[in-house]
Amino acid sequence: MVNRISEETIEYVGILAKLELSEEEKKQAGQDMGRMLDYIDKLGELDTEGVEPMSHVFSMENVFREDVVTNKDMRDDILKNAPGQKDGMFQVPRTVE
Amino acid sequence: MAKQYETVIGLEVHVELATRTKIFCGCSTAFGGAPNTHTCPVCTGMPGSLPVLNKQVVEYAVAVGLAANCEITRNCKFDRKNYFYPDNPQNYQISQLYLPICRDGWVGIETQAGKKKVRIHEIHMEEDAGKLIHDEWEDCSLVDYNRSGVPLIEIVSEPDMRSAEEVIAYLEKLRLLIQYLGASDCKLQEGSMRADVNLSVREAGSGRLGVRTEMKNLNSFKAIARAIEGERQRQIELLEEGKPVTQETRRWDDNKEYSYAMRSKEDAQDYRYFPDPDLAPVHISEAWLQQIREKQPEFRDEKMARYKEEFNIPDYDIEILTSSKHLADLFEATSALCGQPKKVSNWLMVETLRLLKEKDMEPEEIRFSPENLASLIGLTERKVINGSVAKEVFEVLFEKDIDPEKYVEEKGLKTERDEGALKKSIEEIVEANPQSVEDYKNGKEKAIGFLVGQTMKAMKGKADPAQINTILREFLK
Repeated sequence: MVNRISEETIEYVGILAKLELSEEEKKQAGQDMGRMLDYIDKLGELDTEGVEPMSHVFSMENVFREDVVTNKDMRDDILKNAPGQKDGMFQVPRTVE
Repeated sequence: MAKQYETVIGLEVHVELATRTKIFCGCSTAFGGAPNTHTCPVCTGMPGSLPVLNKQVVEYAVAVGLAANCEITRNCKFDRKNYFYPDNPQNYQISQLYLPICRDGWVGIETQAGKKKVRIHEIHMEEDAGKLIHDEWEDCSLVDYNRSGVPLIEIVSEPDMRSAEEVIAYLEKLRLLIQYLGASDCKLQEGSMRADVNLSVREAGSGRLGVRTEMKNLNSFKAIARAIEGERQRQIELLEEGKPVTQETRRWDDNKEYSYAMRSKEDAQDYRYFPDPDLAPVHISEAWLQQIREKQPEFRDEKMARYKEEFNIPDYDIEILTSSKHLADLFEATSALCGQPKKVSNWLMVETLRLLKEKDMEPEEIRFSPENLASLIGLTERKVINGSVAKEVFEVLFEKDIDPEKYVEEKGLKTERDEGALKKSIEEIVEANPQSVEDYKNGKEKAIGFLVGQTMKAMKGKADPAQINTILREFLK
């Protein structure tokens, strides 16, 4: 493995992803990510001089909708997905403004 | 000698587009719906749901870009901006980082310091977030996703502004361009136009930019002006004390006239942008671009020039009339109907503006139709009603858009033209006011005005003062 992921990086990525990792999991994740980066580095061996960066894997473009209302009120169904509800709204843990 | 400082300001302006539906789903964007009644799996970020781009959003964004002299990015795409916050159910906002739809534009502004160009760095399309309400009783937050997925464009300027006056001129300019396009109503109070102010100060003449702060929560032009002045002072004080300015986001409290550093959302901002794989790239062909170009309306500067040519009205009137698209439309439509632009302008400039001010309304909220205003003007021109009655009728017209012909008929407001009836009334007044008659006969011109006034009163205002004047003079000979 060429790429070594520091403990700080794992810690930081964990915070960004809102994941709580045990010491064991951090070690495992570090190794996994190192291997992923090694794999990605392989791509660096290719000569991409003059090749446009690809923005999408499918060769399609301009997939549009017309500006017409097609959805009706489906609040009751939507709220079934809520962790909690109150007054027709999603109830979530208090956030700090 | 005290150091001279220069303020450097750049703006990020968010504008809610006037589409009927959201940017990626067929939910309504109508304001004021009960919480979460305009939501679906897409705008609440349910797994497996797929966004499909609203074509009108692209057209509005391109139209604004063209109006602001931008380069249109012919192949553009969407990226995901990742962050965790309950107002954003997907945990990412769909926005544009790498290939924003418009770049490198400018708009011209005019202030007391003269004309200048404010360059536009870019305009990109993105989606709005939901609304969070803090529930003090249960110590939790409640989320309404009706605004989630409402289309926005963000217009990012270069740091080209140097004063609050320039900032406001720039915002006014943008607002007018966008209103003329019909792409948004741009109401700061209601949040359909929001401005974040990036501000730094530096010693005058220094070529380097100082450390900037970003200020949010500015919802009126006045608040923006006060926030700029407050933040300028705060930064200068720091520099004078030899302390550094910290790069941070601050929230302006307009009541306290002070800004507070916002607590950062846990650690550094790391949005880990990447291209959104759920959305196909957008290609804007020359033909499509041309179509949008052809639909561009006449903008304010062109309109002002044409009014000058076409209508015999003062420059000041032209400036006011064109300062609102709705007012300008109303002026043109009514003038076309009655052929009296000067009269139309007077009604709009005097009575309409007075009532708007009295009722604290925007010109966009005017409800009366050009047909009915033209009809009222017709009634005064044909002398069916006199000037003061016309003003009374106008107040009702302003409120309820009534048909003036019908209203005048129903309320019996027509001017009495019958000489017999007028003479009868005049005789009575003359009899009741011997002193004024005496005064008039002794050469006091003022006395005739009093007698005309009394007769008008007796006629309940429904007469022509000029006609009474003539008959009265004849009578007193």
